[in-house]
Formats: sequence, C-alpha cells, structure tokens
Amino acid sequence: MNKLNGIHLAHNKGTKKCETIDFPLPKSVIIPMSQHMGAPCDSLVKKGDEVTVGQKIGDSGAFMSAPIHSSVSGKVSDVTDYLLPNGSVCKAVVIETDGLQTVCPDLRPPVINDRQSLIAAVRDCGLTGLGGAGFPTHVKLNYDPAKTPVDTLVINAAECEPYITSDYRELMENPNDIIEGILLVQKYMGIPMCKVCIENNKPDAIELMKEKTAEISSIDIVTLPSEYPQGAEKVIVYSATGRIVAEGELPSHQGVMVMNVSTVSHIYRYSQDGIPLVKRRITFDGDAVTENKGNYFVPIGTRVSELLSHGKAEDAKKILYGGPMMGMCLYDTEQPVTKTTNAILAFRKGELPKTTACIRCGKCVRTCPFGLMPLMIEKAYNAKDVEELKKLKVMLCMNCGCCSYACPAHRPLAEINQLAKGLIPRK
Amino acid sequence: MNGLFVSPSPHRATTMSTTKIMLMVIIALLPSAAAGCVFFGANAAIVLAVCISSCVVFEYLSRIIMKREQTISDLSAVVTGLLLGMNLPATTPIYVAIIGSFIAIVIVKQLFGGIGQNFANPAIAARVVLMLSFADSMTSWVVPYWYSDVVDVTTGATPLTASWINYTESGEAYKMAPFTLGEMLWGETGGCIGETCAVALIAGGVFLIVTGIISAATPVAFIGSFALLTFIYTGSAVETVYGVLAGGLLIGAFFMATDYATTPVTTKGKIIFGIGCGLMTFIIRNFGSFPEGVSFAILLMNLLTPYIDKLTLTTPFGAKKPVKAEKTTGKE
Ligand code: SF4
Ligand code: SF4
Repeated sequence: MNKLNGIHLAHNKGTKKCETIDFPLPKSVIIPMSQHMGAPCDSLVKKGDEVTVGQKIGDSGAFMSAPIHSSVSGKVSDVTDYLLPNGSVCKAVVIETDGLQTVCPDLRPPVINDRQSLIAAVRDCGLTGLGGAGFPTHVKLNYDPAKTPVDTLVINAAECEPYITSDYRELMENPNDIIEGILLVQKYMGIPMCKVCIENNKPDAIELMKEKTAEISSIDIVTLPSEYPQGAEKVIVYSATGRIVAEGELPSHQGVMVMNVSTVSHIYRYSQDGIPLVKRRITFDGDAVTENKGNYFVPIGTRVSELLSHGKAEDAKKILYGGPMMGMCLYDTEQPVTKTTNAILAFRKGELPKTTACIRCGKCVRTCPFGLMPLMIEKAYNAKDVEELKKLKVMLCMNCGCCSYACPAHRPLAEINQLAKGLIPRK
Repeated sequence: MNGLFVSPSPHRATTMSTTKIMLMVIIALLPSAAAGCVFFGANAAIVLAVCISSCVVFEYLSRIIMKREQTISDLSAVVTGLLLGMNLPATTPIYVAIIGSFIAIVIVKQLFGGIGQNFANPAIAARVVLMLSFADSMTSWVVPYWYSDVVDVTTGATPLTASWINYTESGEAYKMAPFTLGEMLWGETGGCIGETCAVALIAGGVFLIVTGIISAATPVAFIGSFALLTFIYTGSAVETVYGVLAGGLLIGAFFMATDYATTPVTTKGKIIFGIGCGLMTFIIRNFGSFPEGVSFAILLMNLLTPYIDKLTLTTPFGAKKPVKAEKTTGKE
C-alpha cells in the first residue's frame, strides 16, 4: 500500500481541553432554508407564527435535501431573502426567541425496526454530515445494497484540520453515544465491520475508544498518522481499508460508507429522544478571539456576530466557517451557524503572501494526495485547453489545498483547479 | 464590523518562498565558489563579482524595459550569475563575463518570460555560447596558485585534457593519473572557478538534497549512469572515479541538471533526464571533439524536457484510463 502524499501542519488545537458548554441563547436567530448541497427547503412558517424547539420549519420534496427545524422557541419575525456563500439566494427564517426554549410537543423518538425506517428517521432528524461537507445523511444511507453492498462503515474522526476540536470533544464526551450509533447503523444497514479512524495526535481519544470497544468485535479503532488531509473521504477510505474509490465512484462502490463521528452519535441520540438537529457543537478559536475560546453547543441560526462579541473578537479580519485549509470565508458577521459549521475561526490577518511566478519546483505535484499536477493544470486552464484538463484529471481534485499551501510561489492552485473544473462540460 | 477579508481556501501558506529557495542554492554554492577564489586568486573573485552584478543589472533593466514587475529580489539572477561565474575560467576577460551575463539573463531567461519560463538553463546556455565564440579565453586553464608565481601566468592541463600516458625510462608506455586523488577531491587542478573542488560541490549538493530543495533523482541518475558507462568503457575503477570528479560533472549534476525550470517535474522524468545527461556526457567526453561534454549534455536534455514531461505525467489516485471508443461496426 503506497502512502498518499499530504502535508504536516501546526495543529493549533488549543481548545482541546475545553469541555463543551451551551452558548448563551441569542435574542434572534436566522435559519437559512439551504444549508448544504442539494435542493433548498421551502419555508413552512410565515411571519408572526409561534414556533417551538424542534418544530419543522422547512422541508422539500426533493430527495437530496433534509428538513430544517427551529432551534429556538419564539416568534417568526420575518422570512427574508438570504445570500448564500456560493452566491445564490434562498429564503431564511428569522425567529425572535422567547427565552423559554419550549420543546415541540409533537416530538417522539422514532420507531426504527428496519433499514427503511432507519433511513426515514435519519431524514426526519434533518441530519447532515456534521464534519463540514454536509451531505444529507439519509442520502448516504440510501445506497442500493443489491448493486453496491457495503461491508465496512468508516467513522471519520480524523479531524485533520488545524484548530478544530469539535469531533475530538464528541469522542471524549459521548463515547457511548458513538458506539450505540455505530451499532444501530450496523444492525439495520447490515454492515458487518466498522472502523473508527482517529489521528494519532489524539492518543487519549484512541485509548478511550479502544477501551470502550474492547468487547465489541465488529468495531475496530484505526490510528491514522496526523497528516493533512487524512480526513478527506477518499483518503480515509484508503487508509482504513486499502480500497481505492476510483474516478466517478462513491465509497459504496467499494463497499464502504463513511460517516462523521458526531453524525453517527447524533443518530443514536435522535433514536432515544426524538429531538432533531437543532444545535451543534462548534469550535470557536483563532487569534482574533481574545476571550472565551472553546467548544460550544450553538443553536443553528445563531449569528456569528454573537460569537464574536462573546469572544471579544473586535479586530477579526478574516472569519472562517471551518478550518484554515478548507474553510470558507464569511463576508458578513450576520451570517449564521448552520448544520455543517464545525468551527468558527476568527483571525486578525487575512492576507496571504504575494503570488509570484511558478518556478516549476514540483512541490505541488509532490504534495497532492492524489498525485495530480497542479502546475500543469494551471497552464492548461490558462490556455483553456479542455482536453488537456481532462487528461490531467482535474475533476479528481478535492480542493484540499495542499498544493496551494506548499507552493513556494504561493500560487492559488486549488482555486484554479476549481475554476478549471468549470470548463469541463458535464455529461 | 466591515471590511472582512474574503479569499478562497486554503487560508494558510508555507513559509517557503522562491527567494528562500534561491538563498539556499546560493549557500550551497558558496563553499565551492570560495574554494575557487582560494585556488585561482583575486581574478576568480572578480569574475564571480562581475557575473553576479551584471546578471542582476541585466535582470533589473529587462524587467523595466518589458514593463514587468521587478523580480531581482527573488535572487534568481544572483544564482544565475554565480553559476555562470563558477563555470568560467579565472582568466576570463571582464567583457566576456559581461557578454555571458547578457546572454544568460536577457536572451535565455527574460526574452522567454522570466523565471520558470526559460527552456534552457541560462548559465549553461551562456557558457556554451561563450565556449563557441571565445574558444581561446574559455579554454586557457590556469593552474592553481598561478597568481603567486611572480614570473608568468602558467597555463596547464585540466584533469580532462591531461594525458594519462607516461613512459618508463626504457620507453614503455604506462597509464598513470595526472593528478592525485587528493588534488582531485580538493580541486587543486586546472578548470573553471567553481567546478574543481569536489568536496565542496558534494557537500553543497547533499545540503540541497537533505533540505528538500532538490531531488536526489537527477544527480544520482546523472553521475550513476556516467560512472557505469565509463567503467564499462575503460574497465578501470580509478579512471571512473577521476572521470566523475573531473570537469563540470559534479557542479552540473548537482546544480545545473537540477534547475527547476529546465528539467522535468516528476521523479520519473528526472531519472530519465539524469540518465540522458550521463550518456551524453560520456559520449562527448570520449568521442567528441570537445574535452568536456557536461554543458552540451545538459543543454541538449533541457531541450528535450518538455517532451520528457509529457511522457512522464503522474497517474492520479483512482484515475481511470479513458475507455477507448468501441470500434464502429461499419454499418454506416
Ligand atoms: S509548487 Fe508552485 S512553483 Fe512549484 S511547481 Fe507547483 S505551481 Fe510551480
Ligand atoms: S487541491 Fe486538488 S490538486 Fe491541490 S493537492 Fe488537493 S487534490 Fe491535489
């Protein structure tokens, strides 16, 4: 088994020891009707409606979508247009909180007794991947076992991005929920083997999980090297099972399903209390945060400005959803925490070093986990040479950013790759 | 709170930069350049200084004339100047050194778009042009320490031009190395300013390999293939070792055949490049009309680099071979 390339980053996991605490309830939340890939939801409430915690406020008939629930109790003050980070516009429900956090009286634990009822329950829960990419979880579960039988569940607890410790906290705080969640998924999906993959920079988590699963033969704890991007889907599948998810394939084509560790434990909690995904743990860190760095349970829809004032982060110049390698910049501090936000990082400095000419050092090629050739892709992109781009397999690029990071000329290679993908006509 | 900085990911960058890489190369070259100054005296230092300063000035002026961003701070012109100077004899007239710098920077590097764009190594291309145009001054090799010889400048043979044939008193011919191994390693032989001190060159090369600035693939393939061929041809281990230590092979293998812009990107490509250089050097040294072939070999391989690059693309992880279109059955 060849080792895939990657880079070593400073971990900066200063919030590691910060036990998760509830973030103070904001006066109002703004919940976008599109929080991940897939179809946006339609708003089910209108201005003036009273809502309770866990009440469904958005849904869609589309398969690639998950319902959205209110994270607070209070009154809908507006249903507005909301500009998504990707530039498109969707609706967003603004709710003034009443401070009572009354739980929706209709919530019940779901009845799960087979594959279909598990998938239905996961959808009702509004669950999406909590690791950042945010694929609706029921879509992932809904593979066809006749065509692509899955024999291994890979639990992604690599958390290879610097700063973020939210999955680590899940491992430390709720190991039993994780294990119960895994067993639940294994049982109803009929997946015999599970591998929980943790980077070796979290030895206590590895220890704890090993201890807790010592008696369970269907769960293996896999120690991964701490090298970015171990947590990337194809990389973790390869590290855990040696299987290669080829071009155009999903992990299920290789008999694998990858699930984030916090996602799987949330499935278990939902099966017990029936409370959908209305709050999530985020890591709040970065050098602009002067106070109260740590891990918080934050109601979905909480504006980032609330966090910033909690952390006295007045001179934040760059604020990220997620980690420094793949995270997305906020353009406005009024943007909210969504289901897929695993961290809010605020930094004082935004600029990166100046870009200079490519010197053909080959560093980008040597760091790309997939062995792509970003320097050649950039050339082909500038020449708008679609055939060459196809030959260079630009579509395989996962935008992990290793190439841009490593380039001594500081060329924005990962970004160019994404632009280059746009030139290739979709089939 | 306005004025948030928005940029695509990643939001972190290496602390390495082109300037730092060039600085490392300069550091790696210094021991050998210093050795050259010791062996060949102040003249050597003057040639090096002239080459470096004129390369920087030409780079500066070219960027101004072409109305491009200034690039002298990336230090690549310093590296080119240093390498060019190290590849000239200490007795090179100043004007020849300046012409060499002009060829290297203006014609070979900047006319093709500057750093990273040139097809041939500027220092090598300049050396080759000078060799062909100023054959006399480019091949008058002074012996080391000539400057302390008050009588006259002595020119002498280099390890590549000196004869191995000696005669016993009774007139029988026998082979003997013209220099001792110690002289070869320390570089107390005739030659270009920076090419003679094998110890310093190897130390510099190893430094660059260990720090990850260059890949070991090219020098190993270059020196290895040359040594193998020489050994097969001469059958003599001594001659093989002398061949490796002589002339521009070490400086070429470690510092010029590893130039990023003009050599292949992938390891496979670098190995092919290195073997090509070793083979060409062997052929030119043994069968060509020039005693030295390193520069020509590297220059020739520089020209082949785009093709080697095309043939040695990486195979990305999980990439599928394009499915060949099914042969049409000829119905239409
Ligand atoms: S890392 Fe940057 S400078 Fe080096 S080859 Fe790639 S794009 Fe060029
Ligand atoms: S961003 Fe794409 S090309 Fe760059 S290292 Fe990651 S996968 Fe490779």
